Amino acid sequence: MPDQLVVEVKGAVAGYGEEAVLKGIDCTVRSGEVVALMGGSGSGKTTLLRLLTGQLPLREGEVTVFGERIAGAKRETIQRLRRRLGMLFQQGALFTDLTVFENVAWPLREHTRLPERIVRDLVWLKLEAVGLRGAASLYPAELSGGMARRVALARAIALDPELLLFDEPFAGLDPISLATVGLLIRRLNDALGAASVVVTHDVQESLAIVDYVYVILAGRIVAAGRPEEIRASDDPFVRQFVRGEVDGPAPFHYPAPPLTRTLLEERA
Amino acid sequence: MNRGEALLLEVGAFSRRLVTRVGRASLFLGAVLRRSQMPFARPRLLLREIYTAGVLTLSIVVVSGGFVGLVLGLQGYDTLQRFGSETALGSVVALSLLRELGPVIAALLFASRAGSAMTAEIGLMKATEQLDAMEVMAVDPIARVIAPKFWGGVLVMPLLAAVFSAVGVLGGWFIGVVVIGVDEGTFWSQMQGAVSWEEDVAGGVIKSAVFGVVVTWIALYQGWSCRPTAEGVSQAITRTVVLGALAVLAADFVLTAFMFIGV
Repeated sequence: MPDQLVVEVKGAVAGYGEEAVLKGIDCTVRSGEVVALMGGSGSGKTTLLRLLTGQLPLREGEVTVFGERIAGAKRETIQRLRRRLGMLFQQGALFTDLTVFENVAWPLREHTRLPERIVRDLVWLKLEAVGLRGAASLYPAELSGGMARRVALARAIALDPELLLFDEPFAGLDPISLATVGLLIRRLNDALGAASVVVTHDVQESLAIVDYVYVILAGRIVAAGRPEEIRASDDPFVRQFVRGEVDGPAPFHYPAPPLTRTLLEERA
Repeated sequence: MNRGEALLLEVGAFSRRLVTRVGRASLFLGAVLRRSQMPFARPRLLLREIYTAGVLTLSIVVVSGGFVGLVLGLQGYDTLQRFGSETALGSVVALSLLRELGPVIAALLFASRAGSAMTAEIGLMKATEQLDAMEVMAVDPIARVIAPKFWGGVLVMPLLAAVFSAVGVLGGWFIGVVVIGVDEGTFWSQMQGAVSWEEDVAGGVIKSAVFGVVVTWIALYQGWSCRPTAEGVSQAITRTVVLGALAVLAADFVLTAFMFIGV
């Protein structure tokens, strides 16, 4: 169904230790949309993804996926919601003891009782969709970074999910693989009629393929808009981030006392 | 703060860390036991673990059992012949193996061969986000990965100890009967007469089952709880081998003490 609300995050506060990583986040994702969560390393993007998969408890606020609260829900509810989503991990997270084919077949074998013949047909179709039918018998160790990412993508769409989550899908890829993965994200999202959330700091690639962007800084959303609005933004941090400037609202220096004091203390 | 207070603080902090760790490990074991349906509902998962933990450990168990048996034959004969009772060699070899050496040494070998492999596999799966991926794919990694490994280890350990003891007895026989020339009939009949099924054989099986639980638990928990880095995984493997060996020896003492209460 088009335009259905798939993800809704309201005033989410969450974190790992004492300090909260996310300090009140609001965002929504609708079906058919590809939404980017952009921000520097450590800004809380991945933490937000972990909230959507129910891997992290929520301290305040509300996170609903497919209209149901996932953070803090019962195990059965979380498992039921997880079956409707697919996730691509940063390094692919393929099972290293299985071939490419077996990796893609894995979710089908775990969650369905389909006959082997149909499982095989589905796997071939998914591998064809990411262009790696010829690599079916390879092991993950034999794949390049970009290929591993595409296999993981095939595995993530094995059960035709309604929500796709991508954790840094572009990190560490060469320009060709980068463009391929970008294209696949857009194409697969549209083919499945799913909603996609792409966590990334790769500005140009993601602005080219997404419908909407949230820019996160230090656990808060500092800007949101369509890609052209983000490009044209005069917010100092957004400009620094989009243009990749070294210094600005996000400082070059990690917080530290003045250099002279450090040097004098060293002497003393 | 004087030295005594500082020491006391250290001891306090250490004890708290220890209690926390034991508590977490116990919760982990509880979770594994509660979610143990899958290995029995899907025997293929269990068979794979029995193969990796058992069959692949078999070679070092057979070789070590043989050598230990050979040494027992030599040392046993040397000691016994001083008292003119070299005919008791069969029972000495069998009793030492069945009651102590079989379960204990097999468990030590199991910890260093199969236990370290379990820790490494789980730790690397964690470091490469494979366990996270499983969880997000709505498959419980404890039920799917940990529980089959746990039951595989627990089932395989008594079998390995039995193989160790059997090969050891053959080693003792080879030295005693073939090399030194102890009478073969006496060797076997002494053994048959001295070994009691309920006390010696069953005692050894109980011991090795307990060692199986302890070593597999330690190995799996170390892998599960390690820091997901290269260094974290290697430290976890070291801890599995060291803690596994210590736990086996300590548990052996406790079990032996209990078994002797009845004697």
